[in-house]
Amino acid sequence: MWWKILIFMAMAAVIVFSFVTPMPQAQIGSASRIFYYHIPQAWICVLAFAMSMVFSIRYLMYRRPAEDDKAVVAAGLGFVFCLLATITGSIFAKVTWGSFWNWDPRETSIFILLLIYGAYFALRGAVEVEERRASLSAVYSIFAFVTVPFLIFVVPRIVPSLHPEDSVVNENLRFTMGPAVRAIFFSSLALFTVLYLWIFSLARRVRVVERFRMEQED
Amino acid sequence: MYTLKASQLAKRFGARKVFSDIDFQLHTGQSLAVVGPNGSGKSTLLKVLVSLLRPARGRVEYAEDGRPMDETTIRNRLSFVAPYLNLYDHLTAEENLRFFCTVGGHRVTGKEINGLLAGVGLEGRGHDLVDGYSSGMKQRLKYAVALLGDPDFLFLDEPGSNLDEQGREMIRALIEKRRQSSIVVIATNEPQEVGLAEQICRLGG
Amino acid sequence: MPSKSAGLAGRTFAVYAKDIRLELRTRYGLNAILMFGITTLAVVSFSLGQSGLSPKLLAALFWIIIFFSAMSGLAQVFIREEESGTALALRLTADPDAIYLGKLFFNLTLLSVMVVIITPLFFIFTDAPAGNVGRFVVVLVLGVLGLCGATTLVAAIIAKASVKGALFSVLSFPILVPLLITLTAATEKIFDGLTFTSVSAELQFLTAYAVVMITASVLLFKFVWQE
Repeated sequence: MWWKILIFMAMAAVIVFSFVTPMPQAQIGSASRIFYYHIPQAWICVLAFAMSMVFSIRYLMYRRPAEDDKAVVAAGLGFVFCLLATITGSIFAKVTWGSFWNWDPRETSIFILLLIYGAYFALRGAVEVEERRASLSAVYSIFAFVTVPFLIFVVPRIVPSLHPEDSVVNENLRFTMGPAVRAIFFSSLALFTVLYLWIFSLARRVRVVERFRMEQED
Repeated sequence: MYTLKASQLAKRFGARKVFSDIDFQLHTGQSLAVVGPNGSGKSTLLKVLVSLLRPARGRVEYAEDGRPMDETTIRNRLSFVAPYLNLYDHLTAEENLRFFCTVGGHRVTGKEINGLLAGVGLEGRGHDLVDGYSSGMKQRLKYAVALLGDPDFLFLDEPGSNLDEQGREMIRALIEKRRQSSIVVIATNEPQEVGLAEQICRLGG
Repeated sequence: MPSKSAGLAGRTFAVYAKDIRLELRTRYGLNAILMFGITTLAVVSFSLGQSGLSPKLLAALFWIIIFFSAMSGLAQVFIREEESGTALALRLTADPDAIYLGKLFFNLTLLSVMVVIITPLFFIFTDAPAGNVGRFVVVLVLGVLGLCGATTLVAAIIAKASVKGALFSVLSFPILVPLLITLTAATEKIFDGLTFTSVSAELQFLTAYAVVMITASVLLFKFVWQE
């Protein structure tokens, strides 16, 4: 219990500090503070999807419903954080580049990630038999991930980026991260990760309880 | 000498339990009748046995002289006749036979095909599209396909469905003959067909 | 028991020949895919006329037509097995590798026939600059390989779902994005009359894509087929 309170307090502190400390990037102004949230969200999105794929592979190997539960929960959370990262990124784009959406390489990649997971949940919704749903969606998520390297190769090459050499975010990370900014950023990253893992374990336990109750009924 | 062993088999669909604790062991020359009212899970049990469905618990083991068989060998040695296993309507009977023969890893000559068709009372109809067959003729053709490659495991779900009395008689004779040399599992409620098997597995209550 | 039986190639061919035979008798897939292609092409051509479209736009239009036609017909090869109730019988007798490869070759044949008919019509309707025919054919072949390599597994997946038609494009599109972008880029360069070396990166990419997707499909197919 104590660590949950600790997370709550630390998170609150990070939020406060993210607004009262000097701006991470003076040129952009206060909008640059979004990077304390945007990058951790994008990181969670990637982490969750990677976890989902690992659990999908494990499901196909061991055929345990629990692995499928974990894969779905991770994918669902990944989708939510992906949406959050898209929204925060889009707001940032409006402020710095002048429009919400530019088909910048990163925007394109995240859009396709959203499509893949949208398709993943559409597929799950269309299969009634539990085991069939689990294995079909596991195969799809693995298969879709095989295309990610191609995407990374092709998207920046063919769609011209707005900021080809030094995107604002990279510049931030590389050059202007002073000690205070660094501390807040990494605390935020760590807290988001712990928060994600906590929600993940809660959502997974909900599914375990549901399954248990279903089996008790007969 | 082949063995089919089921231990502690259980199957459920979501929350609904279909059957549980099914145990039996069959050797070549032995046969089993699965009986029970409609909806008691006879077809489900057969599907689990041939691994069209995964059991919720328990195992199904296939062995040849005590050694476990691999997936490919099992597929090669097993035949299943059931109302939900259809043949290709837009192929002729002979094309169906040749297709299932080749993909099943067997070889067959034209003479053998004619023999199989004659064995189920379809001589001379080999070049007709299955589409034009009556349901009884389709059922007969399924037996011809099932007998390809001389299976060592024969699973029959409602073996007499859609057949006339003469057809049933033919199937009974066929089962009678096959059960000497293979393992036969029949899901049925037909007393005469149940009588062909020496072991009985009762489902539902 | 006769000892000699067909190897993987023989069994694959049996599946392929069976599907070709069924297709010739029913015209299930070919009619859908061809009519869809021709209709889309006609709509595009009516609405745009022949007034000097840029190579970039023409290349994109061409692959959009091919993509949507493929989406209308390539799933049939598995849906047909489920709908006629033959999937279970096939699953009990045939090994997954032979089934996947047979179906892949069938889809390759279907899409190739479609492309062979649609491509000349495309040039007639839109007056596109052909560039070098040989180079264009290479891109076409790689495009067909990539499209079928990526979508045949998806077809197997959606055949087991309850809403099939819409799901096929929903699941296929995100996977095909890198392929379609590269195909369009390569086609644009060829319409522009650029040399082979200028598209070599794209050609390598297309080859790698097809190889990787087909390999992944072969590895994953049995999990779809046997659920």
